[in-house]
Amino acid sequence: MSELRQIAFYGKGGIGKSTTSQNTLAALVELQQKILIVGCDPKADSTRLILNSKAQDTVLHMAAEMGSVEDLELEDVLKVGYQDIKCVESGGPEPGVGCAGRGVITATNFLEENGAYDDVDYVSYDVLGDVVCGGFAMPIRENKAQEIYIVMSGEMMALYAANNISKGILKYANSGGVRLGGLICNERQTDKELELAEAMAEKLGSKLIHFVPRDNIVQHAELRRQTVLQYAPDSKQADEYRQLAKKIHANSGKGVIPTPVTMDELEEMLMEFGIMQSEEEREAMIAAADAEAAAS
Amino acid sequence: MPQSADKVLDHAPLFQQPEYKEMLENKKIKFECGHPDDMVAEIGDWTKSWEYREKNLNREALTVNPAKACQPLGAVFAAAGYEKTMSFVHGSQGCVAYYRSHLSRHFKEPASCVSSSMTEDAAVFGGLVNMVDGLANTKALYDPKMIAVSTTCMAEVIGDDLNSFIIQAKEKGSVEEDFDVPFAHTPAFVGSHVDGYDNMTKGILKNFWDKVEEPVQNETINIIPGFDGFAVANNREIKRLLDEMGVEYTFLSDVSDVYDTPSDGEFRMYDGGTSLEDVKDAVNAKATVSMQEYCTPKTLEYAASKGQETASLHYPMGVQATDEFLMKMSELSGKEIPESLRLERGRLVDAIADSQAHLHGKTYAIYGDPDFVYAMARFVMELGGEPIHCLATNGGKDWEAQMNELLASSPFGANAQVWAKKDLWHMRSLLATEPVDMLIGNSYGKYLERDTGTPLIRLMFPIFDRHHHHRFPTWGYQGALTVLVKLLDTVFEKLDDDTIVPGETDYSFDLTR
Repeated sequence: MSELRQIAFYGKGGIGKSTTSQNTLAALVELQQKILIVGCDPKADSTRLILNSKAQDTVLHMAAEMGSVEDLELEDVLKVGYQDIKCVESGGPEPGVGCAGRGVITATNFLEENGAYDDVDYVSYDVLGDVVCGGFAMPIRENKAQEIYIVMSGEMMALYAANNISKGILKYANSGGVRLGGLICNERQTDKELELAEAMAEKLGSKLIHFVPRDNIVQHAELRRQTVLQYAPDSKQADEYRQLAKKIHANSGKGVIPTPVTMDELEEMLMEFGIMQSEEEREAMIAAADAEAAAS
Repeated sequence: MPQSADKVLDHAPLFQQPEYKEMLENKKIKFECGHPDDMVAEIGDWTKSWEYREKNLNREALTVNPAKACQPLGAVFAAAGYEKTMSFVHGSQGCVAYYRSHLSRHFKEPASCVSSSMTEDAAVFGGLVNMVDGLANTKALYDPKMIAVSTTCMAEVIGDDLNSFIIQAKEKGSVEEDFDVPFAHTPAFVGSHVDGYDNMTKGILKNFWDKVEEPVQNETINIIPGFDGFAVANNREIKRLLDEMGVEYTFLSDVSDVYDTPSDGEFRMYDGGTSLEDVKDAVNAKATVSMQEYCTPKTLEYAASKGQETASLHYPMGVQATDEFLMKMSELSGKEIPESLRLERGRLVDAIADSQAHLHGKTYAIYGDPDFVYAMARFVMELGGEPIHCLATNGGKDWEAQMNELLASSPFGANAQVWAKKDLWHMRSLLATEPVDMLIGNSYGKYLERDTGTPLIRLMFPIFDRHHHHRFPTWGYQGALTVLVKLLDTVFEKLDDDTIVPGETDYSFDLTR
């Protein structure tokens, strides 16, 4: 068995992190890799395309039911899905209460201590949205994920998030081994999306690992709670994920310490690409809208 | 006025004076608005019924008086056993006051430990700044050779990463790059002090051992004593036994001089403890032996990963437990067990036999840490006593299974029940419904003694209300003798109490027992 490789997917909420990661990991199996997915999102939807089922029992839910994490056995929470991919969801509290970050820490410690990482080649963390607190940074601590992949698209908030996540990585990169593996652009069909993604990657000192084109087949597969690899293995989209999987597999040790930019720099770039207006343009637009309203 | 400057009364007799009695009585009638006395008595009796016991044992949502402490207490205790080491607990200040007072009240010695004093802003922004300033201050004020960092709940909930924080603090110059700052995450809401002991011990060993590329094995044996309220005397006793055998050993975490400093005019903030050089060398040991299995699972796993043989005992108290310890040491070191120890054993067995008539068939309730309860139940059975209730709040399924196996090995264990994860309020119900002759535990047991009339023997940490018991060993054959005497004293005092009324019960108030 080769040395355990640990990666993590971060990105703005709703960007398609879970979909992208599950499809990519399903493709990674074809490279003879044994995989464990650790879903670090209280919504617990990081593994359902692999398990072809609704959200599974989460570590924290089961622990709460049994009284404490110490009562929990690995078999209670580790499920095996498509192509023998192992899946675990950390789970977390209901919105508005408790501490989801602590949940990620608890679940990750539980898995490590109970040997969930034995006998796999890859551990992949799928982490909710932004790095919002110390708990959600658990996968980027020392001896956890070596590379972080940021899923993004050509829209303003996704780029903000990518920059923020890079800040989180930078905090830990200097004292540990975590690196930014690269950006994965999930196409939203915005203007000049590829160029924007590449420019963002360059600003972060990283690279665009892959540009995943939009294809409705992903949604068709998702409705059936399947990855594209399972639903339509011969499709063009499945090949896209295979390419991405190959690139990630070949990217071991090639991550970088990211160079996140200031808010001003980021906004400047967004203006260059016409995603954000400059102050003058904004004033002009307000004036035009007022004039139009007055005329009607 | 009942109180006068000529003869100052302590509060207890003072409150017995008529003025105070009247005041307290009035307070009860006018302001407390309580239930009538007979109703209070009725409910009090009901809480000692089988009906209440069943409800109590089915309790799910509440713990009352758990017989355990939290992880950082164990971490602070473990770290205290190293040369000139200051414990640094990353988190809120009040927690650290608790570890210090708990240790101080038990050992009757100062217990040094500092906090990173996290407040609300640190809870929001993370405690990195507290770590940076805290390490620098600790070094400047207390001049330790090593700072051992553990965590409170607060730092754990917000997810502060000690590894990265300590590296960053060193980069910022808090302490020199090569200054030893081992660490352990010790969330207080997980496990108990025995887990904290384990985590910190592993953290300290990792700090030194991971720097060694290729251990060169020698003949020494590492001894890890585990969390033990009698550590002061027990560690010394273990050392005496090993010296007697001629075994080469290194104690990993030795608090015997730390929590027992002499009064000779000099204050020692640090005294004794395992030297840092010895900890470094300990990676080359041929074996690591833990005196308490549940205090060291992760540590032993780590020691094994360095190519060492490992073994764990369950608190070497009693005849068989000491036999096992000595035989294990003999097996690992190749040294014979000397005649002198064989004689010690013989004397202990003789003493046990002398008192057999008073010990046979006595029943016991025992609570405390998993390894202690195991050893105590085993020793009690060696004495011909019957452990009836064996309770460990921090004992899990594995412990329960081990206990059941132990109890099944002797006819004296036939009536025993094992209560894993239960608390002292459960114990109250057990004692009320299935009474025993003696209760063995710590100072918190005195409330059970009061409520159920079961005589308490204090053999478990913490002991706050009796002094200096911890200065006498309970391990080894000598220690077993100490324990034996405590049990017998309790038996005889009860016997005297029961026969002390002249003309009524004193037909057996005998001079010779």
